[in-house]
Amino acid sequence: MNVTTWILQVLEILAAVAAAPLFLGWVNQCRAWLQNRNAPSVLQPYRNIRKLFHKEAVIASNASQLFRLAPYIVFGTMVTAAAVIPSLGTRLPFTRAADAIALVGLLATARVFLSLAAMDVGTAFGTLGARREMMVGFLAEPALLMVIFVASMISATTALPDISERLATQALGLYPSLAFTAVAFTMVLLAENARIPVDNPSTHLELTMIHEALLLEYSARHLALMEWASALKLFNYACIGFALFVPWGAAMQQTPLALLAAIPALALKLLIAGAGLAFIETVSAKLRVFRAPEFLATAFLFAVLGLLVHLLLGA
Amino acid sequence: MSLPLDLQILNSLAALLLLVSFAMLSQRRIVTLVNLLAFQGALLCAATLLLAWRTGANHLYVSAGLTLALKVIVLPWLLHRLIRRLDVYWDTEPLLNVAGTMLIGLLIVVFSFGLAQPISELASTATRSSIGIAVAVVLLAFFTMITRRKATSQVVGFLSMENGLFFGAMSATYGMPMIVEFGVALDVLVAMLVLGVFFFQIREQFDSLDLQHLEALKEDR
Repeated sequence: MNVTTWILQVLEILAAVAAAPLFLGWVNQCRAWLQNRNAPSVLQPYRNIRKLFHKEAVIASNASQLFRLAPYIVFGTMVTAAAVIPSLGTRLPFTRAADAIALVGLLATARVFLSLAAMDVGTAFGTLGARREMMVGFLAEPALLMVIFVASMISATTALPDISERLATQALGLYPSLAFTAVAFTMVLLAENARIPVDNPSTHLELTMIHEALLLEYSARHLALMEWASALKLFNYACIGFALFVPWGAAMQQTPLALLAAIPALALKLLIAGAGLAFIETVSAKLRVFRAPEFLATAFLFAVLGLLVHLLLGA
Repeated sequence: MSLPLDLQILNSLAALLLLVSFAMLSQRRIVTLVNLLAFQGALLCAATLLLAWRTGANHLYVSAGLTLALKVIVLPWLLHRLIRRLDVYWDTEPLLNVAGTMLIGLLIVVFSFGLAQPISELASTATRSSIGIAVAVVLLAFFTMITRRKATSQVVGFLSMENGLFFGAMSATYGMPMIVEFGVALDVLVAMLVLGVFFFQIREQFDSLDLQHLEALKEDR
């Protein structure tokens, strides 16, 4: 553990935090292209965040301390998660700090605080959004855990960097179990990040929204942090996906050069994943809220089938 | 871990077969159900062809051809025609909701994998590990039949069960003797034709294809 490693770790976290809105902007741009609209610039999320930081914060008179603290907690949790996920290198010190199950717990912590803050002011929409968020969350979490268990069974460890290294170095071949879990993971990603089949990120139609309903009472810097945290969440989920299913390209040494070489690989993966995400969102229709459990049950089914197929066929 | 490529493809096809069974379990539109059946037949045909190429067993080419002709083309075509003429496009609400059906389906898969374990240890074929999947496909098709009310979807379940049996025979012993395969193929075709006639009779009698009407022993007056 020398100083260089720590500097590299800090730089990696900063890069993730800085790149997250760019990834969101790219997804939005692809989506606009696919829908024949004039695309906003990829930098639009940055502009939104800057604009929000310059505004004056307005907080409901009956809001408690929790309401003020929640944006910082949620943002902090997402930054910690970004440090734990081996997005650029698998040998950085923080990636060993927590295993994949703890990571799922970390993401759940953010969700709990987000929901508590939404219920804090006591508006109907906040409570409604919080309830829906918890419903989606409690169904998505087992599916995500199952996905991680399949990868853990193949690599005999729950530490995400080890899983990633093991999968990157094993013999190339067809792995139906991994293919199934990749589908399950994509479905969980869509549900957890309020993307289209489950929630529409660009809607403000009260009856269908989940994510927007949670943030309805926030303004200015709090809202900026929340929006940034949700961009970071999407980025984190994409990076978990890469670590599990396309682990090639991440640096396996902790030298600055190796990490630098991992940046173009990550950028390429993000470009493709963003376009794919936009494509999925364009071709699918928003589900009714009460269909969301079926959607997530299907994700769970895919993950468990992956596990069973792995046990039976050993592949 | 590093299996030869053709075995890897065979395993993937087996896994897809299982997936299609689950899709059929959750599908409510009868037209899509028939398309899924055709897709399952196509997967089976591909698996048979690959196995024939791998083992050099010529009779497997014949059964792949039979599968293609019967299960991918003729039977789905017959079913589509029946659906159009009977005008039944949707199954009624099933006995269980989708999530519950899926969970029970998963239990069935676990059960059948356990059931097939000793059999696969006895078998000497390279594909013995997919016997469990074949058993699961049979039982899932059986479960599909149990949870449906319309006669057409039950027939689709029945045909899917036959697919599973065929796949089981293929992975356990590289296919059944030729004469048995011909017999089964003919049986399935005839059963389909007879059931088609039955459908019309059932509808004539009860004005619907809901098989609940058949459960009463006597006509209530």
